[in-house]
Amino acid sequence: MIPSAFDYARPSTVEEAVQALVDAGEDAKVLAGGQSLLPVLRMRLAAPTVVVDIGRVPELRGITEDADNVVIGAMTTHYDVARDHLVQDHASLIARATETVADPQIRHRGTFGGSLAHADPAGDLLAPALALGAVMVVAGPNGRREVPASEFFVDYFTTTLAADELLVAVKVPKHTGWLSHYEKFNRVAQAWSIVAVGVSLRVSGGQIADARVGLTNMASVPVRAVGVEQALIGQPAGADVLRAAAEHAAEGTSPGSDGNGDAAYRSQLAKVLTGRALSMAVGG
Amino acid sequence: MTATVEPEVGKSRRRKEDARLITGRTRWTDNIALPGMLHMAILRSPAAHARIAAIDTSAAKGMSGVLAVVTGADLAEEQGSLPCAWAITPDMKNPPHPALAVDTVHYAGEAVAVVVARSSAEAQDALEAIDVDYDDLPVVLDMEAAIADDAPLVHESLGTNKNALWVFDSAEAGTGGSVDEAIAAGEVVIERKYRQQRLIPAFMEPRSVLCDPTGEQFTLWSATQIPHILRLMLALTLGVPEHKIRVIAPDVGGGFGGKLQVTPEELLVFLLARRLGKPVKYTETRSEAMATAHHGRDQIQRLTLSARRDGTITGLKVDLLADMGAYLSLVTPGIPILGAFMYNAIYKIPAYRFSCTNVFTNKVMTDAYRGAGRPEATFAIERLMDELAAELELDPMEVRERNWIRHEEFPFTTVCGLTYDSGNYEAATDKAKELFDYDGLRREQLERRERGDAVQLGVGISTFTEMCGLAPSRVLGSLSYGAGGWEHAAIRMLPSGKVEVVTGSSPHGQGHETAWSQIVADQLGVPFEDVEVLHGDTQSSHKGMDTYGSRSLTVGAIAVVKAADKVIAKARRIAAHMLECGEDDLDFAGGRFTVRGTDKGAGIGDIALAVFAAHDLPDGVEPSLDSEATFDPENFSFPHGTHLCATEVDTETGRVTIRKYVCVDDVGKVVNPLIVEGQVHGGLAQGIAQALFEEAVHDENGTLTTGTFADYLLPSAADLPSFVTDRTETPSTTNPLGVKGVGEAGTIASTPAVVNAIVDAVRHLGVDDIEMPCTPFRVWSAIHGRTADTSGGQAGGGLGSIQGGLQ
Ligand SMILES: Cc1cc2nc3c(=O)[nH]c(=O)nc-3n(C[C@H](O)[C@H](O)[C@H](O)COP(=O)(O)OP(=O)(O)OC[C@H]3O[C@@H](n4cnc5c(N)ncnc54)[C@H](O)[C@@H]3O)c2cc1C
Repeated sequence: MIPSAFDYARPSTVEEAVQALVDAGEDAKVLAGGQSLLPVLRMRLAAPTVVVDIGRVPELRGITEDADNVVIGAMTTHYDVARDHLVQDHASLIARATETVADPQIRHRGTFGGSLAHADPAGDLLAPALALGAVMVVAGPNGRREVPASEFFVDYFTTTLAADELLVAVKVPKHTGWLSHYEKFNRVAQAWSIVAVGVSLRVSGGQIADARVGLTNMASVPVRAVGVEQALIGQPAGADVLRAAAEHAAEGTSPGSDGNGDAAYRSQLAKVLTGRALSMAVGG
Repeated sequence: MTATVEPEVGKSRRRKEDARLITGRTRWTDNIALPGMLHMAILRSPAAHARIAAIDTSAAKGMSGVLAVVTGADLAEEQGSLPCAWAITPDMKNPPHPALAVDTVHYAGEAVAVVVARSSAEAQDALEAIDVDYDDLPVVLDMEAAIADDAPLVHESLGTNKNALWVFDSAEAGTGGSVDEAIAAGEVVIERKYRQQRLIPAFMEPRSVLCDPTGEQFTLWSATQIPHILRLMLALTLGVPEHKIRVIAPDVGGGFGGKLQVTPEELLVFLLARRLGKPVKYTETRSEAMATAHHGRDQIQRLTLSARRDGTITGLKVDLLADMGAYLSLVTPGIPILGAFMYNAIYKIPAYRFSCTNVFTNKVMTDAYRGAGRPEATFAIERLMDELAAELELDPMEVRERNWIRHEEFPFTTVCGLTYDSGNYEAATDKAKELFDYDGLRREQLERRERGDAVQLGVGISTFTEMCGLAPSRVLGSLSYGAGGWEHAAIRMLPSGKVEVVTGSSPHGQGHETAWSQIVADQLGVPFEDVEVLHGDTQSSHKGMDTYGSRSLTVGAIAVVKAADKVIAKARRIAAHMLECGEDDLDFAGGRFTVRGTDKGAGIGDIALAVFAAHDLPDGVEPSLDSEATFDPENFSFPHGTHLCATEVDTETGRVTIRKYVCVDDVGKVVNPLIVEGQVHGGLAQGIAQALFEEAVHDENGTLTTGTFADYLLPSAADLPSFVTDRTETPSTTNPLGVKGVGEAGTIASTPAVVNAIVDAVRHLGVDDIEMPCTPFRVWSAIHGRTADTSGGQAGGGLGSIQGGLQ
């Protein structure tokens, strides 16, 4: 379990990090928490010539806010995200989802930005980021650009990040006071999701004023369950409405098949879990 | 001032070895480094069946730090064939089993070349520079397909994929009636087919081996359960004189049978160290451990049970297919046979027939894994008892009671000819039912059914026994096993009164150092702290049969007791001389000989010192209290117990949650309740894991797709219920301590308890079986009358998807 030899760069600013990537060409890899990259390197499934360790770039770590957004630095660990008050108050779905990631050791090392850049469709933070309309702040040789989550995820393990670009931060629009729940279905506590559903609801006077529902592992990219959202908005937050809305959960998805379930089973899970997530969100 | 000494045996002592082991600050093989040590890495076949057309090692040989690159052809003359010690039938087929494949590979992961370099990174890099041309051959994976007439062959030279057919028939053996007659006359006949999925032992410490060829003896450190057997097998396989080999199993981090093996890696390290004249070390990666350390189980069971309508069993017929994998390893073909005598379990079954066809496939070898043969048997019979109960609409416990051996019937000779020495199934069951609230849970089950609750409740029973404490040498001989089943021990009385105990048992996590110290403390009347237990080095512990099959306490510790008896007998003679009395006038208790009716006495430590000085010993007495003993058991050990499991089954998702797990085990007399508890908890976790989580899956090319812990799911504490454990204590009558084995009991008992509970929860929905592991997908599919197609190959875990996505 020894990776192939590689050069190691440890920049201390975003600009240096981007420069290191530019210098390395196609063969560089960014190292964040290493929880996904290191297994890949050790199994020699990837053999970058340069590894750019962004662990010592202060700008990338920490959580701030502006008027409309909570801004999560890419290098902020799962542990820090889950217990952060800004996240809990304004993007509680992200906190709920992050709590379910892996186990405590991994949550202390793995990062928010690493998870999104890695773009594993079974990763738990993609669908919440999509559902809440997060925007990725990306730095490259020509400066910074912003990419909405709905455009960021392209395919299995593929984003719009170019080889010389760095995910710097994620702007999550404030969903202050929204009720949320992340319902994850896996086989053992520290495993990845077979299917998971994140819901965030704005309930006012017993009516569902707005709704966001994101599905994990129901396609090669995270999916927003638009049908469910539409069935909820403007309706009373009662059990019947929630149940009926959940029936739309699998619409427009294209789940894969593997030992943990075929497409039909995943579709069933999406509906059941959506129903449960909705009633947990409303009830809790 | 004769303080009544509280006996050590029975105390819940914390294990004295644990601080060292769990901090890792100890002698794991991989922690050992020798001057000038080289590192070996192995190139493994990606193909499950292929001819090796060519291997080009020239580039690798020129790489930095590389000292040797060796292929099977280079070693063909000296590597011999890896040993199989159990020829279960005279005509058993046993293909040559080279440590390094010579011209054909037969499973994915088989070693095809090795590199030895100055660092393990350099060795690893050089592997990538070796170029191998494979010509693919047809891959045989499925046992039923493998024995079809026109099946491609795993080993062309054998002309068949069948390794052996082994049969036991109670009518032929004269131990019971004819099963065919019983089935023909059966008022009820139940036929079932169960699959024991392939499992991976998944010990915590990967295997590691280091050989130092620079002394007069070759010294081989290995993370093995069997240092003594390994030494003999190295000698026999490689033709090296046995006295020129010293094997050390330093601290070993788990095995579960997975390190009861003579491995290709051990041979290769030995051969390369010899060739290069320098110490060579190899430590496997976790991926190598998953893919190439032997696997367990992998059987298909066809079962026929006949009974009367009142639930009395009249006959049982067992037809097995057992997957050997591609070769025979140390005891591969015998594993299913270890179960042959256990299908009748605790029941009085009058007619029994067992037949097992062993089959070769292009997968890694199977061999011992916790329980080895008995979990399969216990699963089959305990599942069948539930099926019989369902068929007859009787309570499954009632059906068991009708058939089991009553406590007053012991000793009881079974339809297999084994004599169970003791047991009390009624007592264990009564206690378990009470702790479980059996009647209350049955009531709730009914309510949930009537309500049509989305979450249904099931109750599963397993009233198990097993045979362990391997084994009476004569019985092993009758089964054509290649060795005996005795164990050796020695006790050294040091001049200062301290004690060294040498044991042939070879602990790898069980806590022998603590338990043996407790036993010896009581036997010799010395403080627990004054006893040191030495093991796992053929130089200090020169004789032994090692640790597996729950044998250490029931065989190994009895040898320790016998050695202690001899120490006391020697000391008595010297004490009589010192105290000027007859030997018969002496009492020995609490570590002191006292002259009966006086206050004169001498402690065992005083005697040890006097023996050391040897100034005044009786005539003809040698100046030593040291003793040794070798114990061969007369019988197996038959622990038993009643395990009750309540599961909640979510009919909407298929998820199974264990609501309650109660087990009352009878392991005879208990030396250390805390250790017993630990063995039971760990055993339950592994047995439950077979029921719910673990499965080695191969794709159609024979590649293991569950090769990481992201896909091969092991439960953690978060995935298991809080166990309620208790005991009854019916002493074994075949050893002086009254002890029985406990190492495998939990694993053997728990799997059927869980599956019975799951099936019980959804039987009213038309389900009478769910294949293991009972994943949510399989359970949901069963409930909804669908077949869960899990053959897709991809395991579905996260690192699995990394492999797919990033290659
Ligand atoms: C046993 C185990 C269980 C897990 N279970 C779960 C789970 O249940 N749910 C879940 O969501 N995740 C799970 N994970 C994954 C975990 O969340 C990882 O932390 C995450 O996927 C990657 O984050 P990282 O910081 O470790 O990134 P790294 O491993 O360092 O990097 C991952 C990839 O992203 C790229 N990258 C990282 N940061 C940036 C950046 N700022 N800009 C551009 N590219 C970047 C890297 O180059 C690499 O390709 C698990 C991991 C393990 C080992």
